[in-house]
Order: sequence, then C-alpha cells, then structure tokens
Amino acid sequence: MVQFTLPRNSKVRNGKTWPKPEGARNIRTFRIYRWNPDEDRNPRVDAYYVDMDSCGPMVLDALIKIKSETDPTLTFRRSCREGICGSCAMNIDGINTLACIHGINDISGTVRIYPLPHMHVVKDLVPDLNHFYAQHASVMPWLETTTNEPGKEWRQSIEDRKKLDGLYECVMCASCSTSCPSYWWNGDRYLGPAALLHAYRWIIDSRDEATGERLDDLEDPFRLYRCHTIMNCAKTCPKGLNPAKAISHLKKMLLERRV
Amino acid sequence: MASTRNTVKRPLSPHLQIYRPQMTSISSILTRITGNALIAGFALSIWWLLAVASGPEYYGFVNRIATSWFGDIVFTLSLVAVWYHFLAGLRHLCFDAGLALDVPTAEFLGWICVIGSLLLTVLTLILI
Repeated sequence: MVQFTLPRNSKVRNGKTWPKPEGARNIRTFRIYRWNPDEDRNPRVDAYYVDMDSCGPMVLDALIKIKSETDPTLTFRRSCREGICGSCAMNIDGINTLACIHGINDISGTVRIYPLPHMHVVKDLVPDLNHFYAQHASVMPWLETTTNEPGKEWRQSIEDRKKLDGLYECVMCASCSTSCPSYWWNGDRYLGPAALLHAYRWIIDSRDEATGERLDDLEDPFRLYRCHTIMNCAKTCPKGLNPAKAISHLKKMLLERRV
Repeated sequence: MASTRNTVKRPLSPHLQIYRPQMTSISSILTRITGNALIAGFALSIWWLLAVASGPEYYGFVNRIATSWFGDIVFTLSLVAVWYHFLAGLRHLCFDAGLALDVPTAEFLGWICVIGSLLLTVLTLILI
C-alpha cells in the first residue's frame, strides 16, 4: 500500500556528533543512520568525521575505519569487499549500491548512508531480508528437470549459455528491489526485480524443463505485473545488470504463449 | 525462549525521504499525476458541455468560469498533461515491445517526454 511518510516509530531524529580525529587535515563528514533494537528510541542520524589521509578509497573502507577507530557499535554487513558477495548493499548518497565498490571520491560533500530503503531494520545499516530471500526461493532458483539425469552433465550449446549472460552475475544484494517504488508499496505480494530476474534466468535456461510451470506461477497481477517499467532497478544495479529488461521479456513470453 | 523478533517493533527504513530523484521514477510518477489530473480537466470540459444543453443562462455562467484566468490555467495545464501523457504512453509502447530498455535510452526518452510536452504545449497554444 502506498504510504509516503514513515510510521511514527521510524521517523529519523538528529543524533550524536562524534569527535573529529585529532591532527587530521583531510576530513570528510559521514552522516549515518543508526537504530538499536535494545533502546526504546527512534532511529537517528549520527555524524562522523573520517581522516581521509589514512582511509581507503571505498565507502566500506570508511565504515570499517569508523567501526574500528571511533564507534565499535556501528553495525553493517560486509564480507568480500570486492562486489561479489552482495552483503554491503546500502543507500549511499541517495542511491542503492555496494559500499565496497562505491568510491568516496565519487560523492560530493557529506556522505549520507542509510539502510536499503523501505525495509524493516534489524540494526543500523542491516535490513531484514527474510521476505526478500523467501521471494527468491519462491521462483525455484534451481534446475528443474523431468527427464533422466544424463551420465555426466546437463549439456548446453555456447549460444544457449550466452543467454544467461547479464543474469547469472546477480549477487542478490537487494539494491534493485529496494530501489523500486512499486516494491516499496507492494513488496508483500510483488516479487520485485531481483526475484523476477532470477525467474527469467531459469525460464530461458535451455536445460530447464519447467518453463510452463514457471510462467504459470508468474501470471498474476501482483507477482509479476506490479512492474510498471519504472527502471530504477536497472539504474541502480551495482553490477550493471538490467532486471527491467528481464521482466519485460517475461511479460512478452506470457503474451506470446497466449496467441 | 524469548524471541527479540516478536517483541521488538522494527522501524521502516526511509525511502522517498532519502532516495535521490531519478529520471526513471520521476517520469513514471509524472505519467500517473498527469493521468489523474486530466480527470479534473475533463470534468471542467464536460461541465461546460452540459451547460450548453442546459440553456443560455447557465451556459453564460459556466462559460465565464471556463474562460476566466482560472479556466485558462486549468486548460493550459491540461494541455501539458495531455501531451506528456501521450508521449509517455508512446514511450511505454516501446517498453512493452521490448525496445529502449537500456538505462541511457530510457532516460533520454524521459527527457523527450518532459521537454517535448512543454514544446508541444507552446506550439498548440500558438496554433490555436
């Protein structure tokens, strides 16, 4: 349901300003969303100052520096630090991206960091992704077959394999789905760009034998057709993929099988 | 066992409040806004037509409103809305056909809709 304003318990207040590092000349300001489930208070935005002369180039470097030198309670997910695990997805400078591959120098002025938009917050920059993962699981993101298993492996021509390029690279960081206004308003029933991109990835896989069932499952006013081709998903994808295009292909396939 | 999941009411992270305006989403919401605003424009036009059927006195009354500065504003804005909605509709026809689905082209076409609707409005006002 469309709700433009935040619920009362989610309104963001002004938070603490942490001390500036001593003797630093090249300082940048980071304003970061904080919420602690152990305190009965609204979320707040804290200001941190980071000495850029002793900080790595990426936003994640600054977050790690803040956590180890200024405020150990700052909570965020991270793992690979090279854009392949999808853990550190967050809203940086107004767009969803991976903190580990977003350069601080690509941002002018204060660096504003929030959790992925319109999600329930577990703590600070950590959103609850359970529903998002359940939606991914609902599209059966695996090979479905009915024929007997081949002796060695399911084979695929080079051309058929090429159809998966631009799809298999998705790291499920949830940047796209949480950039989509339609997912904000109807995320409970609309699958969202990430899950639909994965649905398409298995539907066009030449080895998969459940194409019909997969399409049946998507033929629904909410699960698929809440996509209004807004394209915030493709705009924000940190891996440069295009879920909007995949969804458009799905709609076309559903139309084509009717005629 | 006590579960924090059920006892803690988690806040919703900010969305519209913090997301940087995108050509992609702005052009989309403008399609809806113009579509809905046109309902108001059409209501005024239909009222005008109904007034014609109701006789000269009532028509004179409605006509004064429709041709006043207020009517001019409503109809001019409706004209912008018609053109925007029309161009955005063409853009979505392309999308539905599987065309123009890369970000640069989609954004370019978004700008075409915004600038085009203003230019076509000026052109229409000059021609009529």
